[in-house]
Amino acid sequence: MRATIALEDGRIFEGESFGAPGKRAGEVVFNTSMTGYQEILTDPSYKGQIVTMTYPLIGNYGVNPKDVESAGPKVEGFLVRELCPFPSNHAATGPLADYLLRHGVIAITEVDTRALTRHIRLAGAMRCVIAVGEHAPDDLVAEAQAAPGLVGRDMVKEVTCPEGYEFSDGSQPAAGGPLIVVYDFGVKRNILRSLAGMGCRVRVVPASTSADDALALQPAGILLSNGPGDPAGAPYAVREVRGLIGRAPIFGICLGHQLLGLALGGKTYKLKFGHRGSNHPVKELSTGKIDITCQNHGFCVDIDSLDQDQVELTHLNLNDMTLEGMRHKELPIMSVQYHPEASAGPHDARRLFGYFLRMIEMGR
Amino acid sequence: MPKRTDIRKVLMIGSGPVIIGQACEFDYSGSQACKALLEEGYEVVLINSNPATIMTDPVMAHRTYVEPITAEIIEKIIARERPDAVLPTLGGQTGLNVAVFLAREGVYERYGVEVLGCDPEAISTAEDRELFKEAMLQIGLSVPDSGIAESVEEGMAIIDDIGLPIIIRPAFTLGGTGGSTAYNLEEAPELLAGGLGASPVHQVLVEQSVLGWKEIEYEVMRDCEDNVIMITSMENVDAMGVHTGDSAVIAPAQTLTAEEYGRYVDYCKRIIRRIGVKGGGVNIQLAGDPRSDKIEVIEVNPRLSRSSALASKATGFPIARVATKLAVGYTLDEVLNNVTGNTYTLQEPTVDYVVYKTARFAFEKFPQAERVINTSMKAVGESMSIGRNFKEAFQKGLRSLEIGRYGFGADGKDPAQLPEEDEVIRKLSVPNDERFFYIRYAFQRGFSIDRIYELSHVDRWFLFNYKQLVDFEDEIRAAGSIRSIEERLLRKAKEWGFSDRQLAFLLGCDEWTVRNRRKELGVVPVYKLVDTCAGEVDCERPYFYSAYEQLDECRATDKKKVIILGGGPNRIGQGIEFDYCCVHAALAVREEGYEAIMINCNPETVSTDYDTTDRLYFEPMTPEDVLNVVEVEKPWGVILQFGGQTPLNISAELEQNGAPLLGTSPRSIELAEDRKHFRALLEELGLRQAPSGAATTYEEALELAVQIGYPVLVRPSFVLGGRAMEIVYDAEELEHFMAEAVEASPERPVLVDKFLEAAIEVDVDAISDGNVTIIGAIMEHIEEAGVHSGDSACVIPPQTLSPRIQDEILRQTRALAAALEVVGLMNVQYAVQDGDLYVLEVNPRASRTIPFVSKATGVPLAKLATKVMMGYSLRELGLTEEVRIGHIAVKEAVFPFARFPGVDTVLGPEMKSTGEVMGLAKNFGMAFAKSQIAAGQNLPREGTVFFSLCDRDKTDDAARVARQFHQMGFQLVATQGTADWLREGDVPCERINKVREGRPHVVDSIINGEIALVINTPSGKHPRKDEVAIRSTSWARRVPIITTIQGAIAVVQAVRELEDNEMSVKTLQEYNIETHGSVPAPMFTPDS
Repeated sequence: MRATIALEDGRIFEGESFGAPGKRAGEVVFNTSMTGYQEILTDPSYKGQIVTMTYPLIGNYGVNPKDVESAGPKVEGFLVRELCPFPSNHAATGPLADYLLRHGVIAITEVDTRALTRHIRLAGAMRCVIAVGEHAPDDLVAEAQAAPGLVGRDMVKEVTCPEGYEFSDGSQPAAGGPLIVVYDFGVKRNILRSLAGMGCRVRVVPASTSADDALALQPAGILLSNGPGDPAGAPYAVREVRGLIGRAPIFGICLGHQLLGLALGGKTYKLKFGHRGSNHPVKELSTGKIDITCQNHGFCVDIDSLDQDQVELTHLNLNDMTLEGMRHKELPIMSVQYHPEASAGPHDARRLFGYFLRMIEMGR
Repeated sequence: MPKRTDIRKVLMIGSGPVIIGQACEFDYSGSQACKALLEEGYEVVLINSNPATIMTDPVMAHRTYVEPITAEIIEKIIARERPDAVLPTLGGQTGLNVAVFLAREGVYERYGVEVLGCDPEAISTAEDRELFKEAMLQIGLSVPDSGIAESVEEGMAIIDDIGLPIIIRPAFTLGGTGGSTAYNLEEAPELLAGGLGASPVHQVLVEQSVLGWKEIEYEVMRDCEDNVIMITSMENVDAMGVHTGDSAVIAPAQTLTAEEYGRYVDYCKRIIRRIGVKGGGVNIQLAGDPRSDKIEVIEVNPRLSRSSALASKATGFPIARVATKLAVGYTLDEVLNNVTGNTYTLQEPTVDYVVYKTARFAFEKFPQAERVINTSMKAVGESMSIGRNFKEAFQKGLRSLEIGRYGFGADGKDPAQLPEEDEVIRKLSVPNDERFFYIRYAFQRGFSIDRIYELSHVDRWFLFNYKQLVDFEDEIRAAGSIRSIEERLLRKAKEWGFSDRQLAFLLGCDEWTVRNRRKELGVVPVYKLVDTCAGEVDCERPYFYSAYEQLDECRATDKKKVIILGGGPNRIGQGIEFDYCCVHAALAVREEGYEAIMINCNPETVSTDYDTTDRLYFEPMTPEDVLNVVEVEKPWGVILQFGGQTPLNISAELEQNGAPLLGTSPRSIELAEDRKHFRALLEELGLRQAPSGAATTYEEALELAVQIGYPVLVRPSFVLGGRAMEIVYDAEELEHFMAEAVEASPERPVLVDKFLEAAIEVDVDAISDGNVTIIGAIMEHIEEAGVHSGDSACVIPPQTLSPRIQDEILRQTRALAAALEVVGLMNVQYAVQDGDLYVLEVNPRASRTIPFVSKATGVPLAKLATKVMMGYSLRELGLTEEVRIGHIAVKEAVFPFARFPGVDTVLGPEMKSTGEVMGLAKNFGMAFAKSQIAAGQNLPREGTVFFSLCDRDKTDDAARVARQFHQMGFQLVATQGTADWLREGDVPCERINKVREGRPHVVDSIINGEIALVINTPSGKHPRKDEVAIRSTSWARRVPIITTIQGAIAVVQAVRELEDNEMSVKTLQEYNIETHGSVPAPMFTPDS
């Protein structure tokens, strides 16, 4: 069935539906990764967003139960150039279309995704409505214009866990391993897997958990997870993060990094169209080492807003020189804007988890 | 880290002649490297024996040595130039091997030369099978079970251990030369012996076969600060077991999950670090089990490669250029990505299209060769196509190949009868050059995807896409006619890469009706970008491919511009020489302030480099695809003289559709090709031609042959490289030929010429501005007429032609140019018999010899010709008379016989060579000697010469050759008849058994290494079995072999010269100064 993509600035794109029926609003963004659509679909950071894949052939290897970053898809919609209905991979348990349909995700194929990407690059990520079936484009544009958008909105509450839990990836957690409390702002499973894989005990807590409650668990360290949307939309989280500072070693990733930035007195701003892909070069300033990183963020910590007497810049994006990482000069606090857990993407930055654990050890 | 300032002068090693497995991709890489070094202000010294390359243009380096690429010669160059460093990673396996050898011999140490890009230790780790295996196991990776063998016995012992089938991989060879798969114990010893023989270090890897696994490749780069990036992944459509050079390849990989992809990337990063490449790139080949997540490392090439060229073109990331910058000390974050113009090279490329590479084969040239493909590469060229989906890229790829197909069948060229099931099964299970069409037939026969997979091991993902295409044909057909087909269906067909030809066939009309209707409906292509970043950043110098979508990113300007049509995939008869001409045309057009636009589909070339032209379109060279570009660009002119036969074949369609063709008109070209009109023209001019005629049936041909008198030369018209050309001696042979020739070129007559026996053949390249014609050079062939001009060695200036004949050649050439109203280049072939000059053939276009002539004389003919076509007179361009040179230049051809075991190596009218080398010296003997050494003929300085001559070659000349070998201290052996004849002439020699006379016979002696040189002339039209055995064994054992007396005369001079004089080296620039008094400065300086 035909489907329409209506942007708030009046641009219309069309395609064929291959997912759930219905209509959905969200911010339309693009991702330049050539693989990893299942990880992207299930990454909670995409809550509120309609994702366009720039790579044109999607669905080639189907879906499998392993390559997920959360229990199910989190995107508001999924736009591709050519859907493959016939997956070929030994791990595949079914085709992508079935999976999206089952999870109620609107998905559209046969979209000129390059045209859409170019439009987003020039005009910026923007509000958008996707609708399956016959609709008057003007109405959809009006709906897009009326949609709430991401700025200032709390998306975290949509994806955080309702209650705390112990994470286990099936293997027996190391008995004597350090306890890491993970603030779930929309955590990707591979962060939890990475920590567990390094021998940590992992306790996940809801985003609204108070600093005192988190510290009462007596964690060796606290990880502020990735998550969707605008960090300024979750002032409660900023408040609790501020409450954690100086009381436990902290590692922030992506949204966690932005929340930390705000908690340390900095400001965040929205990038024109964000960083979404797995080829972003990031320089570690202390070693000069360059990592090719996986990224997914639309907001960014303003370098100039940070008190550089207090905070040291540790990582820079070599494409646009935006902030990719920082560290507190005195306290055991570090954070990165990108995804050391990769998934999908290169594993160059995995050592960041090691840095975190070393920071914890040195603080003891 | 900034560039190194402690080095000043860098020696670059090129890859030599184009051969199977090492072709013009190394000119592409090498030229990029030269430019990169010049840009940085280094003094560049270059050695490459291949004159047809852009990199050996004197402006690409400060000092250019067109000399044999041997350790001996390179040491001489190092002694003379004293470079600070050598860059060996751009010259393919040839460059790498000689670099390793020089290291072992201590040459670098002796002269204080540093090896850049990849040190000898790293090279050994990658190339030495044992070290490699050890290294991979050390970093926790898995390699197929294997063992190293240095003898057949050792090899058999390993097979005992790991079981069959096994793959035999010779060490230090290129393109899998000598490699094979052994399926049973009977064939294993022979295959092992073959592999050991092919390896210069007499070592093979005997490896467990992972037949049927996925073959995945990565291009990876690393800088001196240990930053590593992946340029692209590539997935071979053909499963393991087919050499990647022969496989169809798609970039990026299609069937890997992100998790798998990530593991491959991790492995590659570990590998490049372990191998130890610092400042360069590697190609890594891995095999993935389609049923599990097992990955095995197969091979690593620590250098630029065919795959790196493909990866560069596929992504827009110029690997060679970046590798060179890394080699001189830069890091990835310091090298600008010139395609985007605003990102640095450590941004890994990401693409939003599909790239498909297809190999072009030349089995038709080697009818005795088994038509299968395996681990020893056989492809002579390749095409690359780009689409927004696989189906589109795939169908474009088939059109690009120029095999007479316009897509995945349904183009009017399918066999009338669907092949039988048995045949389909056979062709699916044993890989061959037609395998994709057999997949189509299999679907048409109702085979399921699973069944085809089980037979072919082509991944089901590809098979599904193929099936979609086959199924879609029915949908199109059901639409009825071009008038009734819905726009939406038509658009989808175009999105899936169906050509107008296919649609015309399916809808029962002609191509032009489809085209017109499409345009009426607005179903026209848009142009998308190759921009390295999937549209994420704005891009300064992208290149273009067509797609049927909404957004048109075409950047056509209103400036005056010229479109140059390239030559498409390389093949025998149309190779790098034409690309050289196209690149020169582009340079000339840009020098004149016009925009140059290239259309081509060959990823191996300089012409498809991102900065050769103002805009590059990666498109098939069909009328439809070319006209689409012409219509959006609206050029001032279109040049099709330089791309070989490919653009000429579509000249009529282009002209009819209003393309403004520059230079000699297609009518003149047609006139020169049309025997009847051409004969009339010659008569009018009073020029002599061997009696000839044209025939369309066997009866006509027979009548003609009788009238003219046997032997006659027969061939189809309008073909390249003497395709299907033969000398026939009687009616029976003629009938056999006619049966095949009609296939070679439908709708075109067969040409029958009197064959001029024992004549000297002459090639002439000339340039004309429409008024004045200047002869570029007269080339005298070494082999007599009858050997294809592309296969014959030739020499400038002529050695035996009298001044009278030479003057006559100039006169006749000028007359022909005037009569054909040539504007641009013209090539004429003559034969000289008993002091008479015969015109054999005229081609009013760029010829294969243009680069050779340009290098030998220092006159850039292709560039001048371009300017002439743009309206200049030769006088304005400063070319007013023929250039005379004080040195001797010999061109020698290089052959692929080693790839086709058992094929007769005798030369004839059908072209078989893949490449060429040039030898330069003060005298003929030395120039010829250098050409032979450069071509890989190990000219002996002592030992035994074997003679076996047919009766008509037992001449005084032949006796003189034998006597001279004897006088120089060689032993002579000969078969009975030749031995008797030699002894009669007082030349001492020993008799040796022919193969059928019992053992030990001559082939035993060759195998045992007792023969240093073979001189064997064919006994006649149907060579006897033992002659073929002698010749093919000599090739396999790398014993030099001469099959003509003229060749033998030249060889004896060369051997004498090598005995008497030391080889010396001299740059092209020095020769040019001798000829012209000056040389142009290198074109790329830090300021420009």
